[in-house]
Amino acid sequence: MADKSKSVTAQDNEDILVLEGVSKIYGELKALNNVDLKVKKGEWVAIMGPSGSGKSTMMNIIGGMDKASEGRVILDGMDITKESAKSLTNIRRDKIGLIFQQFHMVNYLTAVENVMVAQYYHSMPDEEEALQALDRVGLKERAKHYPSQLSGGEQQRVCIARALINYPKILLADEPTGNLDETNENVVVEIFRQLHNEGSTIIVVTHDPEVAAVAERTIVLEHGRITKNIINHNDYSKPINLRDYEGLSDEMLLGKG
Amino acid sequence: MFFRMIRGTFTKQLGKMLLIAFTIALGASLATAMINVMMDVGNKVNAELKTYGANITVSPKGASILSDLYGVEEGTGDDEFLSEEALPKLKTIFWSYNIVDFTPYLKGRVTLDESDVMLVGTWFDHHMETPSGESLDTGMREMKTWWDIEGEWLTDDDDDECMVGIGAAQKYGIAAGDTITVNKGGSSAEYTVKAVFDTGSDEDDYIYTTLKAAQELFGRQGLISSIEVSALTTPDNELSKRAAQDPQSLSAADWETWYCTAYVSAICYQIEEAIPDCSAKAIRQVADSEGAILEKIQLLMILITALALIGSALGIMNLVAASVMERSQEIGLLKAVGAHDIQVIGLVLTEIMLTAVLGGVLGYIAGMGLAQIIGMTVFSSSIAITPVSMPLVAVLVLCVALIGSIPAIRMLVKMNPTEVLHSN
Repeated sequence: MADKSKSVTAQDNEDILVLEGVSKIYGELKALNNVDLKVKKGEWVAIMGPSGSGKSTMMNIIGGMDKASEGRVILDGMDITKESAKSLTNIRRDKIGLIFQQFHMVNYLTAVENVMVAQYYHSMPDEEEALQALDRVGLKERAKHYPSQLSGGEQQRVCIARALINYPKILLADEPTGNLDETNENVVVEIFRQLHNEGSTIIVVTHDPEVAAVAERTIVLEHGRITKNIINHNDYSKPINLRDYEGLSDEMLLGKG
Repeated sequence: MFFRMIRGTFTKQLGKMLLIAFTIALGASLATAMINVMMDVGNKVNAELKTYGANITVSPKGASILSDLYGVEEGTGDDEFLSEEALPKLKTIFWSYNIVDFTPYLKGRVTLDESDVMLVGTWFDHHMETPSGESLDTGMREMKTWWDIEGEWLTDDDDDECMVGIGAAQKYGIAAGDTITVNKGGSSAEYTVKAVFDTGSDEDDYIYTTLKAAQELFGRQGLISSIEVSALTTPDNELSKRAAQDPQSLSAADWETWYCTAYVSAICYQIEEAIPDCSAKAIRQVADSEGAILEKIQLLMILITALALIGSALGIMNLVAASVMERSQEIGLLKAVGAHDIQVIGLVLTEIMLTAVLGGVLGYIAGMGLAQIIGMTVFSSSIAITPVSMPLVAVLVLCVALIGSIPAIRMLVKMNPTEVLHSN
């Protein structure tokens, strides 16, 4: 699996994701307002913003689960703006690994079966490979446990294994640490660091300044517009401990820093 | 993986699936019971109606023509006769098993107290072996069960006894236990009145005795003037009505269909084939009533079956829709990780269909039991389970499950995976 991961991570600086003038309009409300964004292959980007700022809308559009009202979304060189629902499902299946705040596991399947579900809809279930993915997030021993027998942190790690199993072009995480305690937050962030070092492209939507600060770059959204684009200078050669990060200051977030 | 998911649904959502199976089983059991009762109700109702009399009369061809042309009552004693020996032939026709009872009559006018009165010789409890080896007990006691008898029924050995209709009994002042003397030409016979009967019809003016006694009195040994036949028949339709008018006008295929169906006209035709020089005619009023009653009962049962299945479909609609709503996160997740609508629909439908099979099998078994309860309660006899009911119920159950799943499938198709992702 590790070898294949490398095959989908770019060593060059090509843009894996480009948003050009993307807006999402609900009647009078502009959830996203003329957003431009470029994400390079292998980049770790955090999207921050208060509730209602358009974070989830942006994630849904990038993840092919919603369509932009205006503008273009180019994912891995493909304009997905005009694609049909069926085609978007294929794009999601082939190019995107999704991680959710509430974990969302199939409660009647074991941990390894939850990972295999993504394989099943992508190509062919392979239990051995699914076990390797669980091993990578440190849960091989819990492979036969049901979600109800796993802690929140363990469930989220299963979801990360599921998101990685099909070697996606982008790992898209929506508030991945939102329901976790500090210890498990560190575990998840540490997995992201390892994936980043292996060349995975990671986009994390979060409202946690510390989680945003450990990313390479932080995008701040307000009222559907990108108001800040902050480059974080982090050392990814050693394990991350969120306690060591103070997070982004209000001044930085408000564009005054 | 697909079957792991199916297995997972059944193990983790057993209660819900059992509830759906139970709903399907309810519909299937009613459908099974109704279909089987409906298939067998013709025989049951016919058998029931047979207790109210015969539905075919057989008379000599000449007598029948006189009756048709001049309205002359056949079998007055002075016209054509049939041979008593021909009677067993009734049980040799194609639909012999549908002939449940028959009795011969020899009728003639006799003098009683210087008045004319109709004397009828017949079978009361006649035992016979048919040419096919069947043992049969037939006669008036079986065919005239509604007669109100004061005294005792005659038996076929009571050649010196008779039964007198209440009209004649009142006219001549006869009571059970009396002895009467009747004259015919130069011969006379003395009978002890064993019973006085009340039928509410013309027969109340008749005197009944055994066939043998009547034949001796009339000097017509081995002869009969008519036969009443009680047969199980299929309700008439357009084909049978056409055939009744002229069987030869039918095409070969229609003729075969008609001949091999227990229409009253087909049975009459076969009786005429079996007994030479006779004319068999349906007592149209009885046959028509049977057909009309059967049609109404069958229509009622079709309605009950349809209502049961509609009720079942509505129940399934609610349960499956509730199940899909409850599993919306799971379904949204599957779509989010790349499952197409058709794949999710396939998953949900497979679950429902497997549940339907379970419910259908249980319902079919329960339905067979229910059919027997209905049979015993209503007809006091068991209902024959028709093999065709099984595939019929299977198709109905799967259709109902499919129709019941439509709202859930529509909901499922409309479901957007962003609902799963939403986490502001």
